[in-house]
Amino acid sequence: MAQISKRRTLAACAGIAVAAITAAGCSSSGGGGTSSSANNARGPITFVQGKDNVGLLAPMVAAWNAAHPTEKVTAKEQTDKADQQHDDLVQNFQAKSTTYDVVAVDVVWTAEFAAKGWLTPLKDSMALDTTGFLKAPVAAATYNNTLYAAPVSSDGGLLYYRKDLVPTPPKTIAELQADCAIAKKNGMSCYAGQFAKYEGLTCNVTEAMNTFGGKAVDAQGKPTIDSPESVAGLQYLVDGFKNGMIPQQELTFQEEQGRSAFEDGKYLFMRNWPYAYSLGSTDASSKIKGKFAVAPLPGVSGPGASTLGGHSAAISAFSTHKATALDFLKFLTSADQQKNNMEKGSLAPVIESMYTDPSLVSKYAYLPTLLTSIQNAVPRPVTPFYQGVTTAIQDNAYAALSGSKTAAQAVKDMQAAMLAASSGS
Amino acid sequence: MSAVAQQAPKKAPTPKARKSLNAGQARNGLLLVLPTLLFLSVIILYPLINAVVISFEKDAGLDKATGMFVQGGGAGISNYTHWLLQQCGTESCPPGTLGAQFYSAFWVTIFFTVVSVAIETVLGIWFAMIMNRDFKGRALVRAAILVPWAIPTAVTAKLFYFIFAYDGIANHLLGNIGLGPFLWTSDPWAAKFAIIIADVWKTTPFMALLILAGLQLIPSDVYEAAEIDGATKWQTFTKITLPLVKVPLMVAVLFRTLDVLRIYDLPAILTNGVGGTTSLSMLVVSQIRAGGFNSASALSTLVFLLIAFTAFLFIQFGGADVIKRPPGAKKKKDAAPPTAPAATAVAAQSGVTP
Repeated sequence: MAQISKRRTLAACAGIAVAAITAAGCSSSGGGGTSSSANNARGPITFVQGKDNVGLLAPMVAAWNAAHPTEKVTAKEQTDKADQQHDDLVQNFQAKSTTYDVVAVDVVWTAEFAAKGWLTPLKDSMALDTTGFLKAPVAAATYNNTLYAAPVSSDGGLLYYRKDLVPTPPKTIAELQADCAIAKKNGMSCYAGQFAKYEGLTCNVTEAMNTFGGKAVDAQGKPTIDSPESVAGLQYLVDGFKNGMIPQQELTFQEEQGRSAFEDGKYLFMRNWPYAYSLGSTDASSKIKGKFAVAPLPGVSGPGASTLGGHSAAISAFSTHKATALDFLKFLTSADQQKNNMEKGSLAPVIESMYTDPSLVSKYAYLPTLLTSIQNAVPRPVTPFYQGVTTAIQDNAYAALSGSKTAAQAVKDMQAAMLAASSGS
Repeated sequence: MSAVAQQAPKKAPTPKARKSLNAGQARNGLLLVLPTLLFLSVIILYPLINAVVISFEKDAGLDKATGMFVQGGGAGISNYTHWLLQQCGTESCPPGTLGAQFYSAFWVTIFFTVVSVAIETVLGIWFAMIMNRDFKGRALVRAAILVPWAIPTAVTAKLFYFIFAYDGIANHLLGNIGLGPFLWTSDPWAAKFAIIIADVWKTTPFMALLILAGLQLIPSDVYEAAEIDGATKWQTFTKITLPLVKVPLMVAVLFRTLDVLRIYDLPAILTNGVGGTTSLSMLVVSQIRAGGFNSASALSTLVFLLIAFTAFLFIQFGGADVIKRPPGAKKKKDAAPPTAPAATAVAAQSGVTP
């Protein structure tokens, strides 16, 4: 009897499991029938972005809603962690959910989402005019020669330096290395960057490689990182760790550790994003108020090639009100909104002329420097396999920086790992 | 992965229902447990089976002509050979791919399990014996020992992240006695021990609590008998306490072992996998993030098998009696470990004749 009841139980379980699987199978194939008819549809939409730390979102949405009472925008904030924002978007897209209409995407996600068919291409009736925009953010939002997202904010790396100790900022890497003598004389460390194993490391490493003329991927997205130029770029950082220009503990540094050390007066130079500028001059704990300035990242002979940061906004392929969504993209990229973002939230605009706008430059002295940085910026590899590519760069660069691999071997392994990651599995 | 955690407890209700009912009541019994079975099927069995099913399909690949992803189709066992034989496509996985991290993740997970469970067991027994004693301020000591267990793991991990920062308190204190500074979140060995230290701090109370429950079931007269017979403290511990506490101890060790085998949050927050501290579960999540749902399913199936196998070993050979003895059945306690009374008798005797 015991045996029989056990068998029955098993059979029951199996039956239920099969039923559940078929049910799920049906439901997942049902959705997603989005056609071009949605392109002309108007109505309320939802805008999704990462956590709004500066209070820009609510007034912006209110301004839109006042002007468009029948096409109201509902704003949804995700967490402030990029990984979690990415996961949230993937979950919604995978379920072909119509809840998200316009989504904010980090510059490095565009290709992946576009290749999955989750974003509405901005062409033909859905075209967006990008004249007057900075080139690099537009390139980062383009996949397969098609624009898939509207660049909303941009970002580039800057060289922060102590102007009380370094009268003229270094223009080249050689000058930067020579200036480290000043740091030594003052008992400071020389250069702070982001060298912990996370996305920041990819930014810092590709920056160095691009500066020396290396290229992570070609226009078709094929890995081309294994070149003498890339090795030279990585070698520069490896040497930096060896000769003490970059102290060993920076293997654990992200943006914030470097910023707080720089604000404590422990570093002569720091590579960081523009957000550190206002914090450095306003933080109560900052010991360097008025003692620092920014310059473009140093290069081999001229300005270096910064990594491009920032966000774009894209229209979900499953949105049911795409005409409204497109208008909202135009609103987000309008000169008014761009200026407002800069003034209220220090978000760097994507419209080139704003960087020389006297009313902005008088308040944000770093803008022209940032323009140089972004004009020379190279987008991180535009590839649908970005996660695999960035892992390949991080793992191998970290091994080289911590001394367990030579720079040449690391770059070779990067190339192989990027190829393996791009082949699908 | 959560399904995996439920694996051991899941089995308990069925045999219990079967054993305690006679033949005529079996049908009613089945009806009564049916809602539970249904519920468990939906939340455990379905995801489990589905994960195994999709692990035999290919990850979405890129169509070179259109630049768009297409679903892969059947993959045979290639997702499994990808991890186990380190095959990325036609060649072996180069360093820097997630596939290449499999064996390092496997061994470091085993390393965490063995080392931290060993330390936790020793400390747990010690703490439990302290808590079991009668002394002034016992309530305070008990509360103090239990505090770490009450703190969520994510918070623990963040706390230790600050403690082990380069200019954090750990390096400061070690600097005072002339050691370090260590790169706790970067150096391979320091990072491993940072995780073990944080894990031990957090979960020793759990171990101590389970062992304490076992200790309190030991009647005080066996100790009195041992004392009268002149047994030393060590003899009392090895010949009376340990044998009598063996069953709850093994259950505690089993729980902790299964727990550490699927460790995720602590290393993910504390070190983010730097210095070879990527655990198997972290590798699964990284693989999902990289878009490889199918190969991630294969990996989590492998983790499931590893955990199921470990649980089997414990139950079969380790004496972790979680299946045969339902937790509520107290009356069986005397009968269950037949060796225990005999052992104490022997212990008492051997205590007299040194």
